[in-house]
Amino acid sequence: MATFMLLLHDNPGAWPNVTPEEMQKIIGEYIGWSEKLAKEGKIEGGRKLKDEGGKVVRAAGKSFNVTDGPYTETKEVIGGYYLIKAKDYAEAVEIVKTCPHLKYGPKIEIREVDPMS
Amino acid sequence: MATANDVRALVDHLFRHRAGQMLASLTRILGARHLDLAEEVVQDALVQALRQWPFRGIPDNPTAWLIQAAKNRALDRLRRDARLRAKEPELQRWHVQPTCNAEDGLPDDELRLMFMCCHDALPREMRVALTLKTLGGFGVAEIARAFLANEATIAQRLVRARRKIQDDNIPFDVPGPADLPNRVDAVLEVLYLMFNEGYSAHQGENLVREDLVYEAIRLTDLLLHLPMAGSPKVHALMALMLFQGARLATRVDAGGDLLLLADQDRRQWDQGMIQRGFAHLKEAGRGDVLTLYHLEAGIASCHAMAPSWDATNWQAIVAYYDLLLALNPSPVAALNRSVALAQLHGADAGLRALDALHEHPQLRAYYLLPATRGELLRQRGDHAAAAHALHEALGLASSEPVRRFLRQKLSLLPA
Repeated sequence: MATFMLLLHDNPGAWPNVTPEEMQKIIGEYIGWSEKLAKEGKIEGGRKLKDEGGKVVRAAGKSFNVTDGPYTETKEVIGGYYLIKAKDYAEAVEIVKTCPHLKYGPKIEIREVDPMS
Repeated sequence: MATANDVRALVDHLFRHRAGQMLASLTRILGARHLDLAEEVVQDALVQALRQWPFRGIPDNPTAWLIQAAKNRALDRLRRDARLRAKEPELQRWHVQPTCNAEDGLPDDELRLMFMCCHDALPREMRVALTLKTLGGFGVAEIARAFLANEATIAQRLVRARRKIQDDNIPFDVPGPADLPNRVDAVLEVLYLMFNEGYSAHQGENLVREDLVYEAIRLTDLLLHLPMAGSPKVHALMALMLFQGARLATRVDAGGDLLLLADQDRRQWDQGMIQRGFAHLKEAGRGDVLTLYHLEAGIASCHAMAPSWDATNWQAIVAYYDLLLALNPSPVAALNRSVALAQLHGADAGLRALDALHEHPQLRAYYLLPATRGELLRQRGDHAAAAHALHEALGLASSEPVRRFLRQKLSLLPA
């Protein structure tokens, strides 16, 4: 079993007209998804990241260059991440295909955690 | 992690109901003229939950979490706006409250919001939309669907309602004893409309909009918490809603087709609701007012206690309709009376009563008039005339389940 990090790209401003009833339903879908994975022992955890978009720090000679970023598209941020267990990329992709985020967010990026690290 | 709490920890409609309660409290704190800001803050708090809970799981106390999120968001806005800064101490005092603190006689925030939304300074069509949006947590699209209006119209109506609340200084409060009786009438009218819209949806696939029905019952129940407003007519409306609501699940069959009262499985009626209905009907009988709600509840109670369609007390129902028509000569009520009359004295009596309604302008495009005539003609064996009437009804009906129902009736007629 390998560990994969799912980076959930998100559009924080996409929800102005969603009704309370719909929001509750959507939360239920996400939690249903992660509960099912938990029962199968396939999820390690997840956290939401704050929306500001973060900072990027670069060395600039003897000082540093700090900018807002790293997003080129200001609408989109990495909203949060999950750590899941899967045999290989093929299985990780299959798991991601069942994630409700693909209905409500723009995309999910999958990266395998290097077991040697 | 999401697994720590079961998703079932979120009771049905929790967000919708909490949205209404939070909005009510925020409107009190920020002032009625800042209704739009209050709505924005509530929406932001819910979106925050939507974006955090998938990762952290459902909090142990979802309501407290939502209120804290809304409070933080509102504080944020207050600090950026000098005109609002004075509201901060009141906002800081905001916390989870029981639904209603009737013991100390203080009306709770939702009731105040209800009286604001149903204020007679607002045009009628605004009252219903605003009540559903604010107290019911319904979205513009949902309200538009319920009332067969387009979304832009409903959105525009809500904008104008908020502006009118500002311009006319419509108070966020329960009226004093002198104004209360009239103002309660306006609230009841909105609740009755909401209920009927849900109960007898006129168009499209969705025959019963249960959410509207249950929301109307919830808000009427809330109104009963207000001691002075707990008058017989509020109980009467509540009884009516409960009797009818008890039959909701049996109004369509497994295939989504319409089932008339005569054909419903009465064992499936919600006996708990019916019993509550009778308790409210008893309370409705105290005092000497007789309203349309009383009479409609009376008719509904006859159906609720009848073991079958044929064993229904039609005599009592006809008598209720006579009183109803004396109080409010509505052609739809007269049409319903003719059905009861046919049960009591035979199809011919019903048909004679229908003849008197034939030319009524309000019924000209109403499918139930020819549909009822068709059924009574069928009962007396006049099949050709029955088919003609049912075809006429089919041309007027717009609800898909109703159209399927009429087509089925037609197919069962002997050729």
